[in-house]
Amino acid sequence: MLGMFALFLFLPALMPFLGGYTYLGTEIMIWAIFALGYNLLLGYTGLPAFGHGAFFGMASYYLAISQRDWTSGLWIPLLVGIVGTTICGAVVALFVARKRGIYFSLLTIAFGVMFWFLVFVFEPWTGGEDGVTGISRLSVGLPGLFEISLRDNLAFYYFVYAFFVVATILLWRIVNSPFGQVIQAIKQSETRARALGYNTVRYKWAVFTVSCAFAGLAGGLYVLARFGAFHEPMSLHQSGNVVLMCLIGGGFASFYGPVLGVAVFLMLRDLFSTLTDHWMLLYGLLFMGIILFMPEGILGLIKRIRQPAAFHDTQAAEAARTEQTVTSAPSNPKPGGSS
Amino acid sequence: MSVSEATSPILETRGLRKAFGGHVVLEDVNLRFEPARLSAIIGPNGAGKTTCFNLLNGFLAPDRGRILFRGRDITPLAPEERARLGMCRSFQILNLFNDYTVLENVRVAVPAMRQRGSNLWTPAGAISEAEDKAARIIRLIGLAGREHVEAKYLSYGQRRLLEIGVTLAGEPEVLLLDEPTSGLGMRPMETLRDLVKRLSEDLTIVVIEHDMDFVLALSHHIAVLHRGMVIAEGPPEAIQNNAEVREAYLGRLKYARATQ
Repeated sequence: MLGMFALFLFLPALMPFLGGYTYLGTEIMIWAIFALGYNLLLGYTGLPAFGHGAFFGMASYYLAISQRDWTSGLWIPLLVGIVGTTICGAVVALFVARKRGIYFSLLTIAFGVMFWFLVFVFEPWTGGEDGVTGISRLSVGLPGLFEISLRDNLAFYYFVYAFFVVATILLWRIVNSPFGQVIQAIKQSETRARALGYNTVRYKWAVFTVSCAFAGLAGGLYVLARFGAFHEPMSLHQSGNVVLMCLIGGGFASFYGPVLGVAVFLMLRDLFSTLTDHWMLLYGLLFMGIILFMPEGILGLIKRIRQPAAFHDTQAAEAARTEQTVTSAPSNPKPGGSS
Repeated sequence: MSVSEATSPILETRGLRKAFGGHVVLEDVNLRFEPARLSAIIGPNGAGKTTCFNLLNGFLAPDRGRILFRGRDITPLAPEERARLGMCRSFQILNLFNDYTVLENVRVAVPAMRQRGSNLWTPAGAISEAEDKAARIIRLIGLAGREHVEAKYLSYGQRRLLEIGVTLAGEPEVLLLDEPTSGLGMRPMETLRDLVKRLSEDLTIVVIEHDMDFVLALSHHIAVLHRGMVIAEGPPEAIQNNAEVREAYLGRLKYARATQ
């Protein structure tokens, strides 16, 4: 984790060599917060929510509208974005937490599309296609002591960096906490978790809500980054992107999978779009390849290569040997088969 | 242990009925399970044992009838609520957290862990109460030394033991075992039998089992289901000598023994 933080600390200095720029680094960290929070659902609880972009985008509007119409500050609108998104997520979670498998996915898509349409329904507030523009980043600091303007991209980078560090540590604690153990247990066998006394619906509700809080933070930072709130992050297409980011990086195999996925996703987007106008085609082919040949993502592949194969082989061999003696032993005459 | 006929049962069913579509699987099932005893529910294939078991643990709801735990009507309670009351079930088809190690499997089942389920901050491994309890259980089921092996890499016999360990970790008052010896050969069977025998000394156990040697050797009380109804109840000797039961079920076993 420290390695990752150190890398991002010096990333603005390294970016020119990687063919990037500071703003790309900012974008990576914002999407990484979103993807890490989303991976609580996808990777840790095994809940494939396909409309999560709605919460990311929703936070943008909460922040933008509250800054435009209510208070011109920075912190309160950011908080409005997080709290508003969390509450909205909690309400949606009431409906989706009871659903399983494909029904869960479909319902999250339905909610995602619904929120996206609401942007156009409430056009007088949201600006519809035009979005809410003219958002100011203002400055942070202690009155009278120091003040740093966030208009500068480098300053803003480190502003986002602080949130990225805090969010990553929070999420790391969450996945290793008792709560985190329970959601991973639910992913492996929900029936067993229930038999152990866990109200799995309540846990799924909670994890959905928590992941929405992180989507709210990321969406808020994104609006500051772009000086405006727009509808496209809410579209189904963007909701799909966060799923891809998690999968490519290896969200099932590693906590850091989503971060790597976001970085690869955004950097390739920039790279391919400079190469050809049909960059989406290249992009699509690449992702198909990754899903086909690296189903557990980049970190999943690395993990498998690095794991001492011998350990597993002996284990498997021993298991097979015991199994053989188990089944080959004469068994008692049993009335009937298994019920 | 003075368990007389007058002892009040810890778990009781009254007039249970369950039908799937038009097919009646259980009809008017009245069972009483005394504390600190091992009771077995047996019966030929399709007798309704598994359905009866699922009604007890809450994974199915009866059409009619009630289930009482310590005199309290628990019929409307969900499986997780029953587990929290102290009714813990195992699974016939192994149902473990396969990517978890032995330790993690048992630890997540410990009530001390469950009560901290809303804790988002403390590392799970730092809850010493749960860790100690898990370590005790792992010793009890004889998997000490394999704590850090993922469940999917255990042998089948060890997975059977872990299945019971995970169930035990819930600190049950009533332990519901669904065919604990299913698929086991002689040696692992003996290990498992010893374990269940030790547990039955101070736990109330309700077991569904196919293996007659296991049932006859360990049970204090046997209920025989046949075509959805309880046709006989009593201590093992009485059941063995019950004509109706022999006709329905044991007769075939005796025959099989005689020809062995």
